[in-house]
Amino acid sequence: MTTFQARTHTVTLTERLKDATNVALIAILLGIPMIGLHTVDAGGKLMVATRWPWLLAFVATMFFGRLALQFAIDQFKLKRLTRQRTRTLEVATPRPWLKWLGYGLLGFSLVLPIAFSDNRYVVDTATTVLIYVMLGWGLNVVVGLAGLLDLGYVAFYAVGAYSYALLSTQFGWNFWETLPVAGALAALFGILLGWPTLRLRGDYLAIVTLGFGEIIRVILINWTEFSGGPNGIGSIERPSFFGLPFKPDSDDGATFASFFGLEYASEHRVIFLYYLILVLALLTNLFIARLRKLPVGLAWEAVREDEVACKALGMNVTNVKLSAFAIGAMLGGFAGVFFAARQGFISPESFVFSESATILAIVVLGGMGSQFGVVIAASLLVILPELGRDFSEYRMLLFGAAMILIMVWKPGGLISRREPSKVLAGVEK
Amino acid sequence: MLQYTDVHAHYGAIHALRGVTLDVQEGEIVTLIGANGAGKSTLMNTLFGKPRASAGSISFLGQDISRHHTHDIARSGLALVPEGRHIFARMSVLENLQMGSIFSDPAHFDADLQRIYGMFPILQQRLEQRAGTLSGGEQQMLAIGRALMSRPKVLLLDEPSLGLAPLYIKQVFNIIRELNERDGMTIMLVEQNAHHALRIAHRGYVLQHGEIVLSGTGKELLASPEVRAAYLESSAHA
Repeated sequence: MTTFQARTHTVTLTERLKDATNVALIAILLGIPMIGLHTVDAGGKLMVATRWPWLLAFVATMFFGRLALQFAIDQFKLKRLTRQRTRTLEVATPRPWLKWLGYGLLGFSLVLPIAFSDNRYVVDTATTVLIYVMLGWGLNVVVGLAGLLDLGYVAFYAVGAYSYALLSTQFGWNFWETLPVAGALAALFGILLGWPTLRLRGDYLAIVTLGFGEIIRVILINWTEFSGGPNGIGSIERPSFFGLPFKPDSDDGATFASFFGLEYASEHRVIFLYYLILVLALLTNLFIARLRKLPVGLAWEAVREDEVACKALGMNVTNVKLSAFAIGAMLGGFAGVFFAARQGFISPESFVFSESATILAIVVLGGMGSQFGVVIAASLLVILPELGRDFSEYRMLLFGAAMILIMVWKPGGLISRREPSKVLAGVEK
Repeated sequence: MLQYTDVHAHYGAIHALRGVTLDVQEGEIVTLIGANGAGKSTLMNTLFGKPRASAGSISFLGQDISRHHTHDIARSGLALVPEGRHIFARMSVLENLQMGSIFSDPAHFDADLQRIYGMFPILQQRLEQRAGTLSGGEQQMLAIGRALMSRPKVLLLDEPSLGLAPLYIKQVFNIIRELNERDGMTIMLVEQNAHHALRIAHRGYVLQHGEIVLSGTGKELLASPEVRAAYLESSAHA
């Protein structure tokens, strides 16, 4: 019945014209001060001049543009409707091609630094992509799986980065010693944030997490004795290859280059860092894939879906949420440690809100809860602005347009269908 | 098995339950009928401490549970099928069932699943489908199935017929009766659909303004003039 109605309901020409006229009226209102009037320099004086033809052209463009746009949208909707009708019931079967694509990407990421060994820029960019992939996966636990909108995720990234920076500069800890400690610290901060916000959902939670992210940043800026304030912390020890530093040959001990009998090259470290974050990211992926199959992962998704039902089934919603916050934060902390180790210098500048927004955009664009979507979205969000460098000031415009297009084309994110965590063997369909 | 003794409950200043005393014996279907806002759902929710009983006691298997944590109560053998079904819409049917068994012995899982298939063959067919794409009746069956996966001692159903087509309503009540007769499941049923509920219930209570105004066997209540006047004559046309 409803589909029948939807098919026969077409917008009449008068409706279309009315709609376009409305748009044209708004265009006139906006256009008079912005286009219709302009100032000219008349012998040292400013005069207001008019340019009605311009305004006319603008209004006409809006009018006909609106008509064309409406027509295009209608066509698009109609097409989608027919497609929906022909589609069979949505069955959440796993998609094998996705798996193969995943393996393909994994293979590509393994050979990437070898293929581009002479191109430091590519490896550097790929490393950045991987940092964001890891952050995206971490936030995905909180936002995608547990459904808790977190706008202050960068705080945990900062906790991880500052943990490493401080422990290594003050106490001489190395990368591997710091990693678990920083992860634990970040997880602790995750619980610290999670505890008071347990009863909040949606917008309210978003506001508190946003505030939390800012609090951490403001503390880092102002507590100069602790964090170095706006100057940040410099000369952080770089990670070494099992104790072999990436340094030019010198008298004090073996270096990576001398140990393997290689000529010293600064690319060694870049490539090593790339593989390091690749390993961390892969471990993260395995970890989350494993968790998703365990009761705790299922519980996260269940809490996202329906808290009432979770309580009725005897779940301790408090613990479920806190564990999501803690694990998400821990992964962010790991990424932070890597970030500090890679940069060698950190300051509060690196942990501003726009970072949180970027990570959230990665999760949302990728499709909430989809591990693979995060990879694609992170690649897009890092590489698009890089590609856009040639367009200088238009680059953010292109970036924004690309994001809007993705959301129009795939409102649920690039990979919006979630993979079921459990499939019974031999189930007849 | 389940005993409410003089239970009071408040929502802020609203006195929702005013001294309710009732009991559910093992192997019984006990139904609770009443108009909108009479306190039926509140009565069931106080069992889980949402809201907490402000006075009186609720005991289950001889133990006062009125101060226990919600999740401990739910794990102790009381399974609630909440009003409005509350299935996990974006998860598959199988995952929904799996959530039901999250605190029970994994060794039972396959056997329990088979039992649910036997009871609700439609769920087996839809196993990998997203639960949100099921019809209302199928979702209700999934909600019941999910609750049963926890192997409860008492199954609590809050308005299982709400928003269902007549055919499904009949089916849901048949399933409830069958569960009780075949498996000996103890059931507490909150319903607006007094006619159907009283027909399958061993005993029933009528709740009005937070108080029990009438109680008796299902048959007695069905025949009682007060019940007929208040809940049956009008609903017969609905």
